[in-house]
Amino acid sequence: MQRFSTGNQTFSRRSMLRGALMGAGALALPPLLSACGGSGSSGGSSSGSKVVTYGSNAAVPQPKGAYETLFAQAQKATGYTVDVNWVDHNTFQQNITTYLQGNPQDAFDWFAGERMQFFAAQGLCDQIDDVWAKIGGNYTDAMKAQSKGTDGHYYFVPFDYYPWAVYYSKSLWAAKGYSEPTTWDEYIALAKKMKGDGLIPIAFTDKDGWPAMGTFDYLNMRMNGYDFHIDLMRNGTNWNTPQVSAVFEQWKQLIPYYSPGFLGLTWQEGAAQLLNKQAGMMVLGLDQIGTIFTGAKADDLGFFAFPEINPSYGQDSVEAPIDGMMLSKSPKNRAGAVALLEYLGTAPAQQLWLAADPADIATANGVDTSKYTQPQTDSVTLIQKASHISQFMDRDTRPDFADPVMLPAIQQFLNSPGSVSSILSGIDKQAKLIWASNG
Amino acid sequence: MTVWEAAPRRRRARRRHLSRGDRVVLTLMAGVPLLLTLSFVWVPALLSIVLSFSSWPGIGGVSSIKWVGLQNYHTIFTIYPQFYPALEHNLIWLAVFFALPAPAGLFLAVQLDKQIRFSRIYQSVLFLPVVLSLALIGFMTELIFSPTQGLLNNLTGHAGQNDMIDWLGNPHLNIWAVLLMACWRQTGYVMIMYLAGLKSVDPSLKEAAALDGAGQWQTFRHVVWPALRPINVVVLVITVIESLRAFDIVYVINQGTNGLELLSVLVTDNIVGEASRIGFGSALATILLLISMAFIVPYLISTFRKDGQE
Repeated sequence: MQRFSTGNQTFSRRSMLRGALMGAGALALPPLLSACGGSGSSGGSSSGSKVVTYGSNAAVPQPKGAYETLFAQAQKATGYTVDVNWVDHNTFQQNITTYLQGNPQDAFDWFAGERMQFFAAQGLCDQIDDVWAKIGGNYTDAMKAQSKGTDGHYYFVPFDYYPWAVYYSKSLWAAKGYSEPTTWDEYIALAKKMKGDGLIPIAFTDKDGWPAMGTFDYLNMRMNGYDFHIDLMRNGTNWNTPQVSAVFEQWKQLIPYYSPGFLGLTWQEGAAQLLNKQAGMMVLGLDQIGTIFTGAKADDLGFFAFPEINPSYGQDSVEAPIDGMMLSKSPKNRAGAVALLEYLGTAPAQQLWLAADPADIATANGVDTSKYTQPQTDSVTLIQKASHISQFMDRDTRPDFADPVMLPAIQQFLNSPGSVSSILSGIDKQAKLIWASNG
Repeated sequence: MTVWEAAPRRRRARRRHLSRGDRVVLTLMAGVPLLLTLSFVWVPALLSIVLSFSSWPGIGGVSSIKWVGLQNYHTIFTIYPQFYPALEHNLIWLAVFFALPAPAGLFLAVQLDKQIRFSRIYQSVLFLPVVLSLALIGFMTELIFSPTQGLLNNLTGHAGQNDMIDWLGNPHLNIWAVLLMACWRQTGYVMIMYLAGLKSVDPSLKEAAALDGAGQWQTFRHVVWPALRPINVVVLVITVIESLRAFDIVYVINQGTNGLELLSVLVTDNIVGEASRIGFGSALATILLLISMAFIVPYLISTFRKDGQE
């Protein structure tokens, strides 16, 4: 009893100190914060707590409601109550480094790929081989590979994912008599025809900066292959090469068919052009476009794989970002968090969540696909046919490279397509510096 | 200028009669703010300068800091493509803030000071934007200037596909659209400063000038303007500060990319993010600090020197 009260006192003093530091906006103090968090958690690791804390990036109503239903069910299935800290999606991403070094929740939402491996390699999350001993049977080898850190341990439970493809309105295409192109020449010919029909051939928007990354990823994978793409993303060498330069040269052919003023438009405005039948097609993720084509319109959403450019690679790669969950470095209730992740790694859990979100598909095997909408069913087929799955530029490469360097570089290219060589040498020099440094 | 002469004499006289209690109070009143300023302004600023010579991902303890000398500055000046546009935009911002809202604010203040009818209403209307945060003004900028859905293009018939004016996506246009909105807010801010200054100008001075036969302009030029000198310093300082700290409005629009780069955005991009380049961001912050010093310090020095001579 006495020990408990002493522990309690230290804790409250620590949390007051922490509060004071946070109040001062002391951004540059993560090591100090982590020291507090670490000792606090080891002191208060009272076993048998029935609460698991969870950091969620889904503060907006639509996914939040779905998660609340899910966590209510998780409580029935595991016996652990989930205490959620809801944070806005972008804020969560922006603050992840500080968050993980501070006093994070036991489990939290995150993404697969380099984005997961980067933080795992920094020792900011806990490996979960024990979770995978239970849920391993629910996942394909491709999913398993996407859940491991570079050290071979598991760090991530895949929950849902979605493909990137070329989307269109089926009813518009039926009215105009268009058919799905599979090669580059057919794609360009179709775009030309759409322009003649008074449509915006390709809805394209890049005010947000990231949507254009998907087009780069596809062009690069189609022209140079998956292995080249991943090597480029992971190692940062090769940016100033003829192969990458060719990607941008190819890209130039698309720009005349893009939405006018695309650098001033958000992806929502582009998707609306598709929905309103002003535009013919759009390269985007189901996770985005699926929130625009909802209700009765859902089944009007058709798509095809990004067209083939180099026959030796065909359409063998699909961009399919995986969202999921991880454990923080030293969770206060590890047993509970493990039980929660084990539950989230099952088909019934994912099915329950997907009932409220038709813009994603489940990662675990055994989900009742008869409940999927047409775009969801087609997405499963598209991904299963692929021999390689990439994540997305900002998930396949270092976080301190994707947004600070590539995002403005691609915008600069779209602004002045003539200056490819100087843009590429700029990217190359920055990439070499970033990979050589530790921050 | 009797006020200026009287003040120091009074202060000197009072110092001799300080009791112990007075001394404690004064020490606390000077010491506490000093301590706060030191710990929350100067120490972090100095630490930023120190960190600008390092490479540090912000992960792990202080031991993971690697010292790299001037490498960050070298990178910024040679191969960081966003730096020069950001610098240019900050300087444009500064120039525009001096050229438009400062004189416009003064002009409006002088007009409102003339006791015209409905003066209070005009005052509130002009001051209203100052109440809004710059982030909110960023959203308003989008509503007005959005190429397809914005008010401006739809009113002028430039929202169609062929004759669209891309106010937010064209990097040569968007900075001006944003500056227009920022000036709208800044004008009200400057106006209130000057209005407060004008209220403190002794009306008898103006009456005397009028009796001497001075016209409106002459009264302003020779009587009101000199009396406004302390306010001018305040306006100068807030103009420099407001234009260098500009951030929210461009961040709301497109995170400060594609023609809206600002030094403050680059600092944020590099320090606050999934993976931080704290050393690199600190170097950018140090450059921003030097620029603000370059504008403010010389003026303050000359101002204090004049004050000292009087």
